[in-house]
Amino acid sequence: MNYLDLVKLAVPETIIVLTALAVLAADLVALRGLEQRFRFIIAGMIACVGCLGAIVWMLVSHEHANAFAGMLVVDPLTQLVKIAILTLTIFTILLSIDSDFTNHIGEYLALILFATVGMMFLVSAEDILMIFIALELTSLSLYILAAFNKRDIKSAEASLKYFLFGGMSAAFTLFGLSFVYGLSGTTNLPEIAVGLANRGLDPLLVVAIVMVVIGFGFKIAAVPFHLWAPDAYQGAPTPSAALIASGSKVASFFIFAKVMAIGFTETGIPAGLGMAGNAGWHAFHAGWVPVIAIVAALSMVLGNLVAIVQSSVRRLIAYSAIAHAGYMLLAILSHNEQSLASLIYYAVTYGLTTIGAFGVVAVVEQGTGGEKLTDFAGLSRRAPVVSFCMLIFMLSLAGIPPLAGFFGKFYVFTAAIKATPDLGLLWLVILAVAMSAVSLFYYLQVLKRIYVNDPGSAANPLRPSILTQIVLVVLAALVILLGCTPNLLIGWILSAIGSGPA
Amino acid sequence: MLAWTIYISFIGVLVLMLLPKGNASLARGTALVFAVLGLIAGIGGISQYKNFTAMAGSGKIMSFADCDWIPSLGIHYHLAADGISLTLVLLTGLAAVAGILFSWNIEHRTKEFFAFYLALIGGVYGVFLSFDLFLLFVFYEIAIVPKYFIIAIWGSTRREYGAMKLALYSFIGSAMVLVGLIAAYVVSGAHSFDVAELAKYSYPHSFQMWAFPLVFIGFAILAGMWPFHTWAPTGHVAAPTAASMLLAGVVMKLGAYGCLRVAMTLFPEGLKEWQNFFAILAIIGILYGAMVALVQSDFKFVIGYSSVSHMGFVLLGLMTLNTIGLSGAVLQMFSHGIIAGLLFAVVGRMVYDRTHTRNLDELQAMGLSKLLPFAAVTFVIASIASMGLPGFSGFAAEFQVIIGAWKAFPTLAVLTGVGILIGVAYTLRVLQKAFYGEPDEKETHAHEPMPPITLPEKIGAFLLIAVSLAIGLFPRLLLDLIVPSFDSPLFDWLRRTQ
Repeated sequence: MNYLDLVKLAVPETIIVLTALAVLAADLVALRGLEQRFRFIIAGMIACVGCLGAIVWMLVSHEHANAFAGMLVVDPLTQLVKIAILTLTIFTILLSIDSDFTNHIGEYLALILFATVGMMFLVSAEDILMIFIALELTSLSLYILAAFNKRDIKSAEASLKYFLFGGMSAAFTLFGLSFVYGLSGTTNLPEIAVGLANRGLDPLLVVAIVMVVIGFGFKIAAVPFHLWAPDAYQGAPTPSAALIASGSKVASFFIFAKVMAIGFTETGIPAGLGMAGNAGWHAFHAGWVPVIAIVAALSMVLGNLVAIVQSSVRRLIAYSAIAHAGYMLLAILSHNEQSLASLIYYAVTYGLTTIGAFGVVAVVEQGTGGEKLTDFAGLSRRAPVVSFCMLIFMLSLAGIPPLAGFFGKFYVFTAAIKATPDLGLLWLVILAVAMSAVSLFYYLQVLKRIYVNDPGSAANPLRPSILTQIVLVVLAALVILLGCTPNLLIGWILSAIGSGPA
Repeated sequence: MLAWTIYISFIGVLVLMLLPKGNASLARGTALVFAVLGLIAGIGGISQYKNFTAMAGSGKIMSFADCDWIPSLGIHYHLAADGISLTLVLLTGLAAVAGILFSWNIEHRTKEFFAFYLALIGGVYGVFLSFDLFLLFVFYEIAIVPKYFIIAIWGSTRREYGAMKLALYSFIGSAMVLVGLIAAYVVSGAHSFDVAELAKYSYPHSFQMWAFPLVFIGFAILAGMWPFHTWAPTGHVAAPTAASMLLAGVVMKLGAYGCLRVAMTLFPEGLKEWQNFFAILAIIGILYGAMVALVQSDFKFVIGYSSVSHMGFVLLGLMTLNTIGLSGAVLQMFSHGIIAGLLFAVVGRMVYDRTHTRNLDELQAMGLSKLLPFAAVTFVIASIASMGLPGFSGFAAEFQVIIGAWKAFPTLAVLTGVGILIGVAYTLRVLQKAFYGEPDEKETHAHEPMPPITLPEKIGAFLLIAVSLAIGLFPRLLLDLIVPSFDSPLFDWLRRTQ
């Protein structure tokens, strides 16, 4: 493996980095004097073209390699997840074009792209050092993005909270990973599994696993490591919050699943024994699966129940995100091929839906100056197209067919019940289904404001820009399309998983 | 042909969404056209099915769409029909047309109203025609959401509460169904959600013991089974007329149909064990609904509770596990859909929209039979049908259910007779109070003359009365469709449990 090959493997990441630099340069050199919105459009278009270029490159090139013992793994599955992340980034950028919270446009877009590069490397890493570095690149960019609205003290608060919690979680992750290295003598995930084999659950390993779970638990905002999420979602500029909730979620969940399923699962041991353990209600066996089962159960219950009492839509989305993290954890602890596919499907469609929901929140904020539930009153009379999109997003999050959110849940639950031969995880699935029935209540609260309540005195129609409307309609159409024909995505994911690692 | 019932409804939704704003009569007309087209497609489907059974043998299942949908889970887009689903498709078509005729006076956000309305209808058609249980579940949930909006936006008394209660009850029910379905899919290892495939596998007894009540109750919540019926009266009262008609007319049938098509078909052993338990719940529903209806002071609550009582007959018929009782249950679904639709139309559209009260004491003081003679006559006919007098569909249906119940559990059948007696009592009471009260002299003069009954209302009333009369006089029209269906391989469990 020489460096030329490495560059070839890392072309998509390189494209994004170069695009980020190009955006910075263009904004600095050519765009400064122009009108704000025009600047945003030009810079945003450059960024989108870069992302599209990377996507096209990955679609046409069929690289299949594992460079430097897992430092950079390129196979159809990682390519697919990267394409998904880039798509989410594009939507985030398009929705940020209408915002006016900053005039540091070049820097803002460049940071979004740097965060994206971090996510892409994260997806490709199969080495705990590389995982940590990529995670930090993503996180640091996101901290700054959360603070980008300098006129709003809440943005600073969001960023500080996010940063402190994130820094802490990084420390936990690093601490846990160092134990893993100490125990197994390697940083490569498959070799870790070999190195840890037949050790049983010794106390050091338990500490290591718990630390790693805590670290990732912060990233994905699972209870009890979720406290940063509501404040970050509420205070951060909308596009930043959308990126934190979508692309970053997809990457974190993917790598979390990979670390647990590859690093901490011994092969050749009957399912449910060994490090993984079993969370089945009558076949309980200590390991990381029960730990995640508890975290998942807590996330679903707390996220859904607390979301009910929220009056701010952003906080409502944040708590619903916590609940959705719980559902997705179900896929991680099932750790089989189908559950990985279901996780990717769920995370991607969830990302699309959340970006859309944040897009609608941004429209309402610009129109009414607030994002309380009451600010949504009568929206269907003021902006019918946007309202219809919100209807789709909320119902998808609630898991109503034929929308993508329903099939995601269905697939995850099916995978979880299949994971153990004797329906052991049924208790968790029943909890999840019950909680998703609860969630309909608060999603309907939002929709009730939009469709049922009267707009009151401020009944003037909102006029979101054409671009925003198009993006929202495209997102809603994707949510419907992926829900009606989930096989478009599922088939792709399954064939990518089936083609195996390099 | 039959698949078009579904497509036409959803195309109607799209067309309505694209119509210009503010033209109410255009929206009404469009909705009526699409509902009638759906009904025609349904009737056409029945004649198509008759030809099919003449060729293939009676009681066969006619598939008209079957293709891969999600291959990785073995999910098919499988639409098919047998006599039972066709009966309910016909009911849906009739109820849809009648509901639109009785909501001709909706002026507030008309276009949206009918868009939600047709989406609901499309979902209902879909449930009745899906033989892949995943697909059935998808349509089942599609039917839930529009109900919420129709009630919350266009409803009356405590509409937001009633709508939310209805939505949550439905969703909790469907959540239970979902768990049961996935568990059955995994346990059978079938790699298919086709009802015939899943029904072939004989599930372990211990599994059926909990899976059957889970799925059955999940569906029965929507069928208004006691003690999970409480959404029904509040929902009916809150709903606008057309929505009450649809709720009682077809949505409650979704639940009963799901019980029969899914829970009982997949888990016959569990059914056998739980048979008596659910039969007793059904009887309690019949008696409880009737007795509560006897003491209501709100006109619409009376009809709401009577629906609970009449749906008890459906559930009892299902629990008899013999062909007479089961076909009686299906016939009762049809009959109650028509009659309850008519009753709600009189209460909600003809009376309430004119008097703006549903309080029986206030209505008593008006002497409505003089002011609204057409409404009074319609209600008398509907009452006769609802009480189960011979000549109307209710008689044919409930008679069969009682015969079936007599064979299965004689004691309970006697109690059912008591239920019918109370039914006569509350119907006569409400009839007397609402229409034939002594007009208070001062009150009548204070009242402005009421707007006359409009043509759409008359057409709708005649349509429903004619159908109920036709089925009452010639129950074979439907029984010839329904009864042979129980011979199909899908109902092997019926012969095994006997």
